[in-house]
Amino acid sequence: MDPECSRLLPALCAVLADPRQPVADDTCLEKLLDWFTAVTEAGSSLLLLQENPCLVELLFHVLKSQDLSSRILSFSLRLAGIFAAQENCFQYLQQGELLPMLFGEVGPLGGAAWTAPAVRSGWIQGLRTLAQHPSALHFLAACGAVDTIFSLQGDPSLFVASAAGQLLVHILDLAMRGPAEGRRSLQACDWPACAQKIVGHIEDSLCSTAIPQVTQALSVLTTAFGHCHGLWTQGLWVRLSPLVARLLEKDPVPASHSLVDLLLSVARSAPSSDRGLWETLAQTLSHLSPTQAGPLALGILKLQDCPQVLRTQAFGILLQPLACVLEAAAQAPGPPGLLEGAAGDSMTVDTLLSSKSACVGLLCCALAHLGLLQPLPQRPSPWPQAPLLGAAVTILRLCSGSAAPTSDVGGRLCAILVGCGRVQRAALDFLGALSQGTGPQELVTQVFSVLLEYLVSPESSSMVLKKAFQATLRWLLSSPKTPGCCDLDPHTQLFLTELLPVLQKRLCSPCWEVRDSGLEFLTQMTRHWGGQAGFRQALLASEVPELTKQLLRDPESYVRASAVTATGQLSSWGLCASPECPGAQQESLLVELLHILSTDSEGFPRRAVMQVFTEWLRDGHADVAEDAERFVAGVLQAASRDLDWEVRAQGLELALVFLEQLLGQRGSHCPYAEALPETAPPGVLAQALQVLCRVQLFEFAFRALFDCDRPVAQKSCDLLLFLRAKAAPCGGPQEAGDSPNVASVEATLQRWQAGEQGQPLGYLEPGAVVALLRSVDLEGLRDTLAESSDHVEKSPQSLLQDMLAAVGVLGENEADCY
Amino acid sequence: MKLYCLSGHPTLPCNVLKFKSTTIMLDCGLDMTSTLNFLPLPLVQSPRLSNLPGWSLKDGNAFLDKELKECSGHVFVDSVPEFCLPETELIDLSTVDVILISNYHCMMALPYITEHTGFTGTVYATEPSVQIGRLLMEELVNFIERVPKAQSASLWKNKDIQRLLPSPLKDAVEVSTWRRCYTMQEVNSALSKIQLVGYSQKIELFGAVQVTPLSSGYALGSSNWSIQSHYEKVSYVSGSSLLTTHPQPMDQASLKNSDVLILTGLTQIPTANPDSMVGEFCSNLSLTVRNGGNVLVPCYPSGVIYDLLECLYQYIDSAGLSSIPFYFISPVANSSLEFSQIFAEWLCHNKQTKVYLPEPPFPHAELIQTNKLKHYPSIHGDFSNDFRQPCVVFTGHPSLRFGDVVHFMELWGKSSLNTVIFTEPDFSYLEALAPYQPLAMKCIYCPIDTRLNFIQVSKLLKEVQPLHVVCPEQYTQPPPAQSHRIDLMIDCQPPAMSYRRAEVLALPFKRRYEKIEIMPELADSLVPMEIKPGVSLATVSAVLHTKDNKHILQPPPRPAQPTGGKKRKRASDDIPDCKVLKPLLSGSIPVEQFVQTLEKHGFSDIKVEDTAKGHIVLLQEAETLIQIEEDSTHIICDNDEMLRVRLRDLVLKFLQKF
Repeated sequence: MDPECSRLLPALCAVLADPRQPVADDTCLEKLLDWFTAVTEAGSSLLLLQENPCLVELLFHVLKSQDLSSRILSFSLRLAGIFAAQENCFQYLQQGELLPMLFGEVGPLGGAAWTAPAVRSGWIQGLRTLAQHPSALHFLAACGAVDTIFSLQGDPSLFVASAAGQLLVHILDLAMRGPAEGRRSLQACDWPACAQKIVGHIEDSLCSTAIPQVTQALSVLTTAFGHCHGLWTQGLWVRLSPLVARLLEKDPVPASHSLVDLLLSVARSAPSSDRGLWETLAQTLSHLSPTQAGPLALGILKLQDCPQVLRTQAFGILLQPLACVLEAAAQAPGPPGLLEGAAGDSMTVDTLLSSKSACVGLLCCALAHLGLLQPLPQRPSPWPQAPLLGAAVTILRLCSGSAAPTSDVGGRLCAILVGCGRVQRAALDFLGALSQGTGPQELVTQVFSVLLEYLVSPESSSMVLKKAFQATLRWLLSSPKTPGCCDLDPHTQLFLTELLPVLQKRLCSPCWEVRDSGLEFLTQMTRHWGGQAGFRQALLASEVPELTKQLLRDPESYVRASAVTATGQLSSWGLCASPECPGAQQESLLVELLHILSTDSEGFPRRAVMQVFTEWLRDGHADVAEDAERFVAGVLQAASRDLDWEVRAQGLELALVFLEQLLGQRGSHCPYAEALPETAPPGVLAQALQVLCRVQLFEFAFRALFDCDRPVAQKSCDLLLFLRAKAAPCGGPQEAGDSPNVASVEATLQRWQAGEQGQPLGYLEPGAVVALLRSVDLEGLRDTLAESSDHVEKSPQSLLQDMLAAVGVLGENEADCY
Repeated sequence: MKLYCLSGHPTLPCNVLKFKSTTIMLDCGLDMTSTLNFLPLPLVQSPRLSNLPGWSLKDGNAFLDKELKECSGHVFVDSVPEFCLPETELIDLSTVDVILISNYHCMMALPYITEHTGFTGTVYATEPSVQIGRLLMEELVNFIERVPKAQSASLWKNKDIQRLLPSPLKDAVEVSTWRRCYTMQEVNSALSKIQLVGYSQKIELFGAVQVTPLSSGYALGSSNWSIQSHYEKVSYVSGSSLLTTHPQPMDQASLKNSDVLILTGLTQIPTANPDSMVGEFCSNLSLTVRNGGNVLVPCYPSGVIYDLLECLYQYIDSAGLSSIPFYFISPVANSSLEFSQIFAEWLCHNKQTKVYLPEPPFPHAELIQTNKLKHYPSIHGDFSNDFRQPCVVFTGHPSLRFGDVVHFMELWGKSSLNTVIFTEPDFSYLEALAPYQPLAMKCIYCPIDTRLNFIQVSKLLKEVQPLHVVCPEQYTQPPPAQSHRIDLMIDCQPPAMSYRRAEVLALPFKRRYEKIEIMPELADSLVPMEIKPGVSLATVSAVLHTKDNKHILQPPPRPAQPTGGKKRKRASDDIPDCKVLKPLLSGSIPVEQFVQTLEKHGFSDIKVEDTAKGHIVLLQEAETLIQIEEDSTHIICDNDEMLRVRLRDLVLKFLQKF
């Protein structure tokens, strides 16, 4: 601890111990604890206490004081825990009987302060930090803390209850981890008393008829198996698994969620040879209701090593609801469904038909689980792609009312599902995920037809429509290319001709979310297919490009931004131009985007314009390439005045692209690459510098260097460093450095740095620029910028000063408040 | 209690309820779908329509070619359009006491009923219903009268001939009862019989029942009706909406505790959500106009058009349509737009508060002010000078058979740039378009029907819990085209009773009580006797006086003054000179004590048998049998009157008398 902090500490302790002095806020106390943790990790706690007796005095004082706030009491408990984590310091505090007074029954535990959740939480956290060594275990046993922790598991404050459970696991782990661990047998009777007590408590809770107790026990065990990796956990499972299995005999199974969590936690940590465990899992799968079993089934399928039989059973659980739907909606007994031989399980059917919420919940979970499983390498194989596609299409049709099931169950399902947005969204997501696989052409046609149905239907809500667009895009992009031909296959081509009129209508929707998702869809589609003749032809024959351009004036800024991106993309592929006068159209788009950049009141469209411009410049867009210099000058001028830092940062990105085009690529984009950018040949450089001066790139970059937003300044710094490296061979430092021009520019820069950015830099000669690049300490600036913005104020000294200043102990309030 | 169902149309109902001694007609809707069988009436001479070929029978017989014309495979009657009236034969309509009107769409048959059936009663309706109903009738009369048609077709209605016609003419029902439109004179006369009422106003009908209009949330002044006597309540729900549109919200609470709830006027398009349809309407409108096309919206001059204009008010600027003119063409356009602004008390809360700012409650006022919306009585006159394209035209009639819309269909039908958007759900758009085929213009169907859908009905029924629900048969099964959609029908317990046209339903509840007033002086004379704690009885002798369905118990007339002139001590002496009344008995006979008493009085050899209803006491010696049951005691003995009287007196000892 530095001396200045040691000097301030007594005053701070006095403030903390004084109930009349309000402490600034909880954040200060948290920071103080963080600081003490860091200090004790770096050195001896004992020494710290001996050198700063005020700390122990504070702890004693807290015990005596009646009217201290619960925050300070909680803070003190945690502080004591931090000190006592080191065994010698623990002994030191024990000598003063301080710890029993803080954590024992004579302490806050028995007093009025205990009613505050903050105090109970502080007590637990203090013990959690403290319990690091065998002495701590003895202490816990001696002061009866474990019983208190048991009772806190049911605390009304969820934070306290959860922390209590975690503390129990921590103590158990500490007790079992000791030096004897390796030798300790799996027989529970050999376990230390403390562990015996905790495990005994868990056993009692598991046998309890009160569900909260069972839940507590299960969550403690889940934490134990999730976080502790000692051999002893296997012994624990051997001892407790019969009790867990007994829970399955009850109907309904109590605390099923927690049980699933526990079993998965055990399965992840147990060796794959544990047959008993797999049997328990299989038994659980068959005992739980379809809704409860879903998460367990998914968890099992995600396990790396797991018997095939169990995996098949688990997959069956996930497929069951979809199998029921397929069966119910089938017009006639058709091809084998999802589950060969097994008709729709009656329990699943009952759940589906019991109520709307149960049906929706079960289907959404099944769809989400299968969607999560689909891309995983360990997904079941063979993956029933075709029946799953069929199920997704059927569910979507039931939801839209276009399915006409003949069976009674199908009719009732239809009545429940029709118009249900939640299931529609889940099914569309799932259908999108299935696009990664293939399917029989007939089914793929059905997929496109149901997607089109959703895109057309006025009843599709904006969220459903967004999902439908996303799924359509995925399917379109995954559609097979005709062999030997680079163009779209005939099915896709046909679909496009049906899709574009729908997109047209959606772009005119009164709901802005719909217009926005339509534009996003168009952008993505164009990005991938801009070069495909079939797509180009269909798009140009439609009104879509014209409508997209009209949306640049949309009242909603998000839509304007999406329209900017879409038109930018269309224009990149030459899809904006009308056949009559292509040049005029393009130019007007550039002018229109520049107009948006300089006048739009919202940030999103302006950011989008900058992105489009950067892309255009990078890709050598015809109209930009025509007069890139004028283009860059115009854009930088507009961006430099922008109030949105992201626009300015994007301006620097554009400037960098321009630089690279003039001077060659940066050596490597890897920030850790040691090689500096190669220098440019002097002739090229001189010319480039002339150009850069003409487009006033330096004024823009230097202004950005002192930008009040750090990312902008950092980006500018990087850009100038790159330029300096490129310009290395260009003249000696003294050549231009002494000219009056440079001096005045440096003076201006200093003023800018001080915050006065009104004055312009004026025209710079290339020579002056090179001199400036050398004279400005760009590395230093980069290092400063790399520090977090509060690095000055984050020092412990500053923290202590702030806290003292807040209560007026320090004479003047100089410190920042934050 | 009976319900006579005069109309089979679920949203244009006409039912007669016989309740107590009253005969109440519930709505009189006019089914105008019959007009779809007729050729359109063009406002400007249409060579296309006048040159349509006549229709001839398969064998080449062309005797009907003057009456029937063929267009794109459909056959139409070339005559003044006719309407299908409610049944007039099922019940003598001159006996109808009152007609209750729910909303302006459900009163279009009123002149036929009030002017031609001997009806002498009163019609009850809210002011907006009457005013807007008048506008609708005025528009209808105007549309038809301004295109006089010399020809009137009647040959085809002959039953033998009708059979030979192609569908749908072949299947048209009751064609012989179809009638031409009424005249303005008849409209005025019919409307003069209306008495205006306000929401929650209680109207006594002959002292027998009380009727009350309740806000139904569907249209300006639209109402449901509660019809109740002292002990029974019938609720009539017609055209209600739970959506937040311009009218006052629906009053659901007042429908509670109904014995019967007659449910009509649900949405005609249960699968279309009005919000989605409005979105669809705007998208298509914008798409057409942006491409330089015109949009035609066939509509009624009131109702949904207010909401559409409000949506467009918010939408047109954002969609960059500010420069596009919107035209509203109807003989009553001006009145409709103005009326809507003055019925503040009938509007939803938001719109009501605007009036106090003061601002016009509907934003179409601003559209008119800024010249974005222009209205004209017809296409002739000013409109032809102002007409600019592309534009959006709102005009009637939604059947596309008469009104200015016919002109626009002829004008714009040939170009695929133009679009007709159907928003009114009353007519099948395909049938409406049939005489205009082949048609190049785009057709969009966005029916906007804000009336209750089946989910809302099911919630409503759960909320108000009527004992019985009565509804048109169409609501008790899924729509024929979607037979698997069991969610598109009324689902309630007990199942709803359904009716169809020309059916008489006996409503499933019996009246059990009637309220009778008792005059104070008579009440004063009663001497109640407590039979058991909390229950007292008294005998009443009085005269029941019934007048205007009110029943009053009055003291009986005094007997002729006896000549002796004896002074009366008590009012109860004032008993008329009638038969001496036997006292009333109450109580029960304890068998054991009764047997003991019998023994005490010398009877022996007594046997008691338990029966299902009580006991039988056998006096074997006297060959007598006493049958004691809960509400009767019989003494059966052979012609021994003395013995019977003795036994009777013993029985009476155990009973109370009063």
